[in-house]
Amino acid sequence: MNFFFQLTFYFFGLFAIASALAFVTRKSPVAAALWLVNTMFALAVLYVMLDAQFIGAIQVLVYAGAIMVVFLFVVMLLNLGHGSVADIKGRWTQVAALTAGVLLLAEVLVQSRQRVPSPPPPATLSPDVIGSVARPLLTTYLLPFEVTSLLLLVAIVGAVLLAKRRV
Amino acid sequence: MVPEALFLSAVLFTIGVVGVLTRRNVIIVFMCVELMLNAVNLAFVALSRLHGMGGQVFVLFVISVAAAEAAVGLAIIIAIFRHHQSVDLQHINLLKG
Repeated sequence: MNFFFQLTFYFFGLFAIASALAFVTRKSPVAAALWLVNTMFALAVLYVMLDAQFIGAIQVLVYAGAIMVVFLFVVMLLNLGHGSVADIKGRWTQVAALTAGVLLLAEVLVQSRQRVPSPPPPATLSPDVIGSVARPLLTTYLLPFEVTSLLLLVAIVGAVLLAKRRV
Repeated sequence: MVPEALFLSAVLFTIGVVGVLTRRNVIIVFMCVELMLNAVNLAFVALSRLHGMGGQVFVLFVISVAAAEAAVGLAIIIAIFRHHQSVDLQHINLLKG
């Protein structure tokens, strides 16, 4: 693993954290959504660097391209573009939330100190990027894959039913 | 590289939790949940380098469940907005004792 690769990995990791921090602190929902899109693009780069090229492409297409567009569409539909001053909760809730966050992070750090993951196996990258994901998806995980289609159907019906004015 | 990715995943998840706890706008709270799902996806992808492709397959399932959740959740938010003319969590307190 060369130096440039490592540097790029750290750069996009820090970029993801910075975008996520900007995302939770913005008042305007539109600005927050765009910072979240930024985070998702940085995560897509990290997926590609972790040898999951197909997941990276899906991340850009589905998350940044579809889900966030739906969010922005709802913001536009409900005319919520201007952030209200009272959007962030009071001082005590903020302190409690920060404490919870720090505790969660500390717990994760302590857990990771105990068991360091074994070093990655020697890179035997198959050139077949999509096939290596599709083969287990359509053999070992065939039943969950089919159930997912049912879930998406139910989600479509539920969304139409909920958002309709009169059923 | 895998430990760094796991650390990054933990940090992003924590930012999502803090966002859920501190924001009042329902849509932003919902986006924080999406950020948490993304953090979990990063952990799955990082661990799939050590333990085979099952992790990446699971990421696909998480993404499809997130898409379904976004569709239904935003429809619920639209219905709530029609009822209350607001998406502020302060005004959505029907179950408050």
